[in-house]
Amino acid sequence: MANVPLDLKYAKSHEWVRVNGDVATIGITDHAQHELTDVVFVELPEVGRKIKAGDACAVVESVKTASDIYSPVSGEITEVNQAVVDDPALANSEPYEDGWFYRIKLSNPAELDALLGPEQYKVQISGA
Amino acid sequence: MKRTPLYAAHMKLGGKLIEFGGWEMPVQYTSITDEHLAVRKAAGFFDISHMGEVLVSGPAAQAFLNRTLTNDLARLAPGQGQYTLMCNERGGVIDDLYAYRLADQEFLLIINASRIEVDVGWLEGQSATFNRRSEVKLENASDATGAVAIQGPRVAEFINECFPEASTGGTNVAHAGDLKKNQVASFRWGDSTIWVSRTGYTGEDGFEVVAPAQTIQAIWNQVLTVGKPHGLKPAGLGARDTLRTEVCYPLYGHELDENTTPMEAGLGFFVALDKGEFIGRSVLAEQKAKGTNRKLVAFKMTDRSAPPRPGYAVWSTGPAPAKIGAVVSGTQSPTLGVGIGMGYVPPECAKANTPLGIEIRGKRAPAVVVPKPFYRKAD
Repeated sequence: MANVPLDLKYAKSHEWVRVNGDVATIGITDHAQHELTDVVFVELPEVGRKIKAGDACAVVESVKTASDIYSPVSGEITEVNQAVVDDPALANSEPYEDGWFYRIKLSNPAELDALLGPEQYKVQISGA
Repeated sequence: MKRTPLYAAHMKLGGKLIEFGGWEMPVQYTSITDEHLAVRKAAGFFDISHMGEVLVSGPAAQAFLNRTLTNDLARLAPGQGQYTLMCNERGGVIDDLYAYRLADQEFLLIINASRIEVDVGWLEGQSATFNRRSEVKLENASDATGAVAIQGPRVAEFINECFPEASTGGTNVAHAGDLKKNQVASFRWGDSTIWVSRTGYTGEDGFEVVAPAQTIQAIWNQVLTVGKPHGLKPAGLGARDTLRTEVCYPLYGHELDENTTPMEAGLGFFVALDKGEFIGRSVLAEQKAKGTNRKLVAFKMTDRSAPPRPGYAVWSTGPAPAKIGAVVSGTQSPTLGVGIGMGYVPPECAKANTPLGIEIRGKRAPAVVVPKPFYRKAD
C-alpha cells in the first residue's frame, strides 16, 4: 500500500502539496512514483515562471514513457530541486522528502481548499 | 482484449498489465530496469504466448514459403530455424518472423501478435494462387499454442533440469541444453509434444518454448521453480522492449511496416536475392543495387537529456538544420544509462558519428549516430 503522509494535501493527478506560509512545495506521490516506475529524467519549470493550477509544468520520464506533472496550485515558481534533476531516482526512493520537485509562491491560497486530504486521496488510489 | 494461458500466473506475481497488440500482457512485475538487468546478468522469463504460430506442411511447403518469405528455407535442415521477412510486391514488410523446419516437409512460423490476422490472410491468399496449392497445408495454431522465452547468461545452467529428456524430433539432442543457436527440437511433456529452440529477442543466450496452450501453465511453474536459484526473474514486455532496442532488433510497427523495406531497415542479410523468385524480389534487388532513400540508424543522446521516444522528429545539425526523419524506437538504456534510439534518416546522414538533433518537447537535444548494436554480449 502506498505511503500517504497525513500532513499533506493531494491533487487527483497524484501530486502532493506541503504548505508553509504562502509558499507550497510540490512533488509526486508514492503511488505516482510506483505507477510511473523507474524515473530516469525529470524536467522542472524555470524559477520565476508564473503558472496556473492544472498547468502541465514538469515532466517525469520513466524507462517506458514520459508523463506530464500538473501544478495543483497557481503562483510563481520560487525554487526547483536540482538534486532530483541530478538524481531522478530520488523521485522513486524519497518522493515526499529529497525527491520534491518545486516551490511555488501561492497567488490564490483558496485553491488549497479544493485539494484532497490524505483520507480522500487514499480512497482515490485504492479504487484505481 | 485477449488473455494468454498465463494470465492468472501474471496476476499472482503482481504483474502490471497493459494492452499490447490486442492482448492484455504484463509490462513489468517489479521494475523494467531490474528485469532488464536480470536478463543481462542472470536470467529472465517471459510469456510470449501472444505471438502467433502457423504450421505449413506438405510436399510443396518449402517451395511455397520460399516464394512468400525473403530468406532461403532451402538452407535449413530439419531442426533449424532462421529469421526472415514476409513482404508485399513493393518490398514493404507484412511481418518479420522466425521460420523453423521441424521436419523435411513441415515448417513452423512464429509471427507477431498484432499481425496474426493479416499474415494468415496473406498466406491464404498467396496459397490460393500457388500452382501447387493442393500440396501445401496451412494451419493457424495461434489460439491453441502458448510460448515462453527463457533468456540470459545463466539459463544454460538450468535448462536441462527444466527439460531433462532426449529430443523426439527436430535436432537430435540428449538434452535441450545441447541445442546450438537457431536449432529447434521437440520434447515430450506429459502426453504432449513441445518445441524448444535456442533463440530469443534479448541479445543474450536463451531458449524459447512453443507448446500446446494447456501445458503452458505447468511449463511456466516448472521453469520458474528450477530457475529461481539461478537468478531467474519473470520479466515483462517493458524489459523485452528495452532489451531488444539495445541490440537493435526490429519491432513490427516501429522499425517495420508495409511501407518499409528490409533494405531500408538494414535487414538485407535476411533477403536471399539468389534463391529465385519471391514476392518483393525485384524492388529489393533494385534497392540492393542502387541503395535506398532512407536508412535505419541507431543513435544515442550525447548530453544529459530526456530519452528519445517514437515519433520525435530527427534534425540535421549545422548552420541550416532541417527535419530529416523520425524516431521509431527510443528509451533510456538500462545497461548504458543513456538515451538510445533508432530512426530513419537520408543515407548521407546515416554514417557513424554523424551529429543529429532529436526534438524533445520543442527543443533539439544533441545525439550522434552510432554503429549497431548498442550492446553486444560477451562471448
